[in-house]
Amino acid sequence: MIERLEDRVAPEALAWLHDAAAEVAQEPAKIATRFPAVGRKVGRGPLEPGADPEDVHAWTIDDAARTYLLQALPDPAGELRELYRYGDAAERRGILRALEYLDVDALDLVEDAIRTNDTRLIAAALGPHATEHLSDAAYDQAVLKCVFVGVPITPLHGLHRVTPDGARMLAALVHERVAAGRDVPAEVWIVIDRHPPEDEIAAIVAELDSPYDDRRGAAERALGGRA
Amino acid sequence: MRIFEPHAHMTSRTTDDYQAMAESGVRALVEPAFWLGQPRTSAGSFVDYFNSLLGWERFRAAQFGIRHHCTIGLNPKEANDDNLRREVLALLPRFLAKDGVVAVGEIGFDAMTAAEEEALDAQLRLADEQELPVLVHTPHRDKAAGTRRTLELVAAAGMRPETVLIDHNNELTVHEVLASGCWAGFSIYPNTKMDEYRMVRVLEQVGPERILINSACDWGVSDPLKIAKTVKAMQEAGFDADDIDRVVWRNPVEFFAQSGRLILDDLGERDLAATFEGNTVLRGER
Repeated sequence: MIERLEDRVAPEALAWLHDAAAEVAQEPAKIATRFPAVGRKVGRGPLEPGADPEDVHAWTIDDAARTYLLQALPDPAGELRELYRYGDAAERRGILRALEYLDVDALDLVEDAIRTNDTRLIAAALGPHATEHLSDAAYDQAVLKCVFVGVPITPLHGLHRVTPDGARMLAALVHERVAAGRDVPAEVWIVIDRHPPEDEIAAIVAELDSPYDDRRGAAERALGGRA
Repeated sequence: MRIFEPHAHMTSRTTDDYQAMAESGVRALVEPAFWLGQPRTSAGSFVDYFNSLLGWERFRAAQFGIRHHCTIGLNPKEANDDNLRREVLALLPRFLAKDGVVAVGEIGFDAMTAAEEEALDAQLRLADEQELPVLVHTPHRDKAAGTRRTLELVAAAGMRPETVLIDHNNELTVHEVLASGCWAGFSIYPNTKMDEYRMVRVLEQVGPERILINSACDWGVSDPLKIAKTVKAMQEAGFDADDIDRVVWRNPVEFFAQSGRLILDDLGERDLAATFEGNTVLRGER
């Protein structure tokens, strides 16, 4: 993780991070004051140069720096829940991003973040830790929530996990939106068409004959996004 | 016109308010921690409240292009509950360390009790430890005496006056507050504390230096567009654009920038870096 930061942050920021990591390795409780300071000490921009700052899936510099601090802890599981409970949105996002690099069981934190309506927390929660540990039903619900709140699903690590029931729920959401004259992102079809639910798709197709212009138009746009 | 709203309880407001505020020129704001209209009975309620100021409310504001900051503190009303006072004061250091926490506040007096004084004094010391300015609420009742006692305690705690904002001033308290070297805030309300036309008269008397205005919009009768309305009243009274910008943008930025924790990087305020060169307004990637 530190290599990815080396080109992206100023030498004094890197020095602060090295010092902080050494301190928390010695005295884990110190992470309570180092963790919240990461954004102002190290930076908050996208980790990849040129990444879109609005992309909720993109790692930020503070995500990477917080991951590095958590990796420095002798026993990350011991501090993780306190840090999350008292963490602001950026700290919580950093913890969720770090989970794939830590040997901990933190499904409760993933589930908490998915219950929020904060798109960055939802996106950060759905990394490899969620892919590995969420139940099928919870994963399906999480993907459905992503589409509902506007988190792009194509970059999700565990998208392959969506079950036929998940595909059915997504298709039902498409129908609901079309009936309201609203749009859905075309990427939903990647998931729906792995297990195409006949009834829901027939209902969307039937909207092409709707007596209402807005519903017909929405059906055309929705089905037009299907590969 | 750019507006920095230095005192707005957005937790109580709707997204319509956020949208209207953004359209009126608000690009950044500070939400002070305060009470919720009814007393809380456990410290856990404070943890959730502080977390919402640092999480959900910041997210909500960002959706409307408004940068949300907050102040963290134990308000005087709830400081009178002995258990809460102990427990919440113990929680504060952890929350005061957060990014975007730009002052300790609202602290101060409500009914001028010994418990309120103890909480105020303890929090002035926390501000000193964390190198944060303080936002002080002055009482609704016996305001002049409460303001005077507040200024005495601030001086006794060794706070530098330029790191102290005394809020909810009126025609009678402003002179003493400005003479102390502290900043003077005015909450522009429908009907009560101060209205935009009285505010213009105060500004004509004392000038724009160290003056901040806010809508203090909360769950009571209040109007989140009062800064924009005061700007209009100032324009009608002949104040120039520079004086207005000073009161509604540069003064609050300068005051809260003393925290080193303002997050204005992505607002495209290129001239801000120049205005406050050597200071740390634009923390982060710089």
